[in-house]
Amino acid sequence: MIIAVSVMALGAILLGAALGYASIRFRVEGDPLVEKIDAILPQTQCGQCGFPGCRPYAEAISRGEADINQCPPGGEEGVRKLADLLGRDFKALSAEHGEEKAKSVAVIDEQSCIGCTLCIQACPVDAIVGAAKQMHTVVASLCTGCELCVPPCPVDCIHMEALRETAENWRWKYPVFQLEQAA
Amino acid sequence: MSLSTLFRFKGGIKPEAHKDASAGIPIAPAPLPSRLVIPLRQNARATARPLVEAGQRVLKGQIIGAAEGTLATAVHAPTSGLVRAVEMAPVPHPSGLEALCVIIEPDGDERWIDLQPFDHRNASPQRIRDYLRDCGIVGLGGANFPSHIKLTPGEAGIRTLILNGGECEPWITCDDRLMRERAERILGGALIMREITGASHILVGIEDNKPEAVQAMSAAASRLGAEGVTVHAVPALYPAGGEKQLIRVLTGVEIPYGKLGTHFGVQCFNVGTAYAIHRAITCGEPLLSRILTLTGNMARPGNFEVLIGTPIRELLPLADPRPDTDHFLMGGPMMGFALPSLSAPVVKATNCIIAASPALFPPPPPEMPCIRCGACAQVCPAELQPFELYWHARAKNLGKAQEYHVFDCIECGCCAYVCPSRIRLVDYFRYAKGEIWAREREKSAADAARERFEFRNLRTEREKQEKAERLAAKTAAGREAVARAAAAAPATASAPTAATVATASAPQPRAADATKALIQAALDRAKAQKAAVTPRNTDNLTAEQKAEIAEIEARRAKIREMARPHTPPDE
Repeated sequence: MIIAVSVMALGAILLGAALGYASIRFRVEGDPLVEKIDAILPQTQCGQCGFPGCRPYAEAISRGEADINQCPPGGEEGVRKLADLLGRDFKALSAEHGEEKAKSVAVIDEQSCIGCTLCIQACPVDAIVGAAKQMHTVVASLCTGCELCVPPCPVDCIHMEALRETAENWRWKYPVFQLEQAA
Repeated sequence: MSLSTLFRFKGGIKPEAHKDASAGIPIAPAPLPSRLVIPLRQNARATARPLVEAGQRVLKGQIIGAAEGTLATAVHAPTSGLVRAVEMAPVPHPSGLEALCVIIEPDGDERWIDLQPFDHRNASPQRIRDYLRDCGIVGLGGANFPSHIKLTPGEAGIRTLILNGGECEPWITCDDRLMRERAERILGGALIMREITGASHILVGIEDNKPEAVQAMSAAASRLGAEGVTVHAVPALYPAGGEKQLIRVLTGVEIPYGKLGTHFGVQCFNVGTAYAIHRAITCGEPLLSRILTLTGNMARPGNFEVLIGTPIRELLPLADPRPDTDHFLMGGPMMGFALPSLSAPVVKATNCIIAASPALFPPPPPEMPCIRCGACAQVCPAELQPFELYWHARAKNLGKAQEYHVFDCIECGCCAYVCPSRIRLVDYFRYAKGEIWAREREKSAADAARERFEFRNLRTEREKQEKAERLAAKTAAGREAVARAAAAAPATASAPTAATVATASAPQPRAADATKALIQAALDRAKAQKAAVTPRNTDNLTAEQKAEIAEIEARRAKIREMARPHTPPDE
């Protein structure tokens, strides 16, 4: 009886020590799930999800505080990928966070810009160049289309322009053929 | 002609060749068109920078677009004339989208730039490559890849140079005619390339359905008497003219995924490219024209030497398309595409224009479900499994499609040709490739945005901190000055430091005094500043100016006096 108990106890102590050592030796810095969720998010940093940027939203999802359908720029496909990653069911984008739009970039009407720098301060990815009392302009290749620069503009000279199809970004479409009609 | 062993590639098909329509007709020069449209866009990753503007006169061979980026080559004016515009115009692209083009109105004089032969024997390899880039030399087989890049020997060096005279697609005969008529200059170009790359032998691969071309090339090789040049007739089997397929047939080397011919000491050039390189080196002529075949549903099919930029619409009367033609194909019937616009110009990739009629090219039959017969896998020259790829591409399961090596697909169309369910498999593979590339681009854009966002956050944080530090230092300095002033006063013997004042370890009244002193000092500073900026143009005036001021004041007073009765009482 005593031998049995002491053997079990010894086993427990040894295993406990091994686990304790492993938890220190193989410790993972940060939460890998957050990284994975963040990699799926589109990085527009638009805040439409209700969090200040994509990473905070990723953290909220991993803590279970936010749902997976709050990211309109990621679209339905983004929700699907998140559902796959987290093993949840797909759900439609929540209407209160906005709807999926075609990718667009901000364009500043350079004639009306008064050089107030408010949009520069609002841009989360530093895609607007300009200085006080100088005309501002958007670097289109860096713009994520988050629309955060639109409301601060005091003269309403920023509008969103959908990206046009050019020979550079054109790609073959999904083939659609008529099926054979039954006579 | 050599009798050495040939190898063979897996798969392949034997579509009806239709080459007789135009193979017997000699190359004729096309007349000068009324205008030339020269696209500055060269491939998906390179667009030349325009060097001319509307209204400018250009000479034949003058560079009008500068090469920018590694995959770019220079763009030239194909004839002398007047630049009408630099604007967006339709280009031969399956999308029918427009691209930036230089539009030239020829003056008919054909005035050349100064042509100087290039001494490649006394130039460094880098200099030769730059020269070929500035001559606009690209692969003329249809892929338009810049030749100067292909002439850069990799780590393995280039031992074998292959001249591709396969021309395996049905209908096309431009390379056939070029080899029959200008064999010596093609081989001359190949010998120049051999000198540049240091290759030891040259293999010329020609499909055996072009015996005249094989004969002409063999005769030219023996006339030139060059060592190590062998001409091989390879079995006519589509796509024997594919680069990897021809390398396999001639050398037995199978190029694996992600590798190029140069990794194995082999490099392959189209015969037209060799001809263009010969002209560039021996005459100094940039690539301004190419041979193309006009065939299909035409009354007088033939082969023509056409200036790059000639609108296809102006070219068609040369071959006289029959009235029942409903669309035109650029390239062959296997890999070509329907031209969305006939105002698109001939580009360096345009090897053939086929007039298509419903009788000749019936509309694609409706596709039926895949029955998993595996016929496509038997003919695939890239040794893929097209039916597997098809399922994954169709289901938009792109990761799986990539696992099944969709990027190894050369889009030759063999699978779709043999499919009993008439599924247009290549369309699915093109879709999958485009989609994967687009996602790759989106992913890298998202990563860049994340990096910029994180850097911005870091920067705002740092700026906030720096501002706080600056402010703290300023306050501390101000307090120290006050404290020093206080110490100078007779009452205090031991002057408290700014730190002690700040931490309020000093007695309360003293702290209050210090604050008051600080405020006083700030007020004084403000007053001094105000005094400094107040205008003092009334100081140091001459007597004359004073008199003038007095006069003006008097006049003003008078005006005020006169205005008074009219002003409303409440003013």
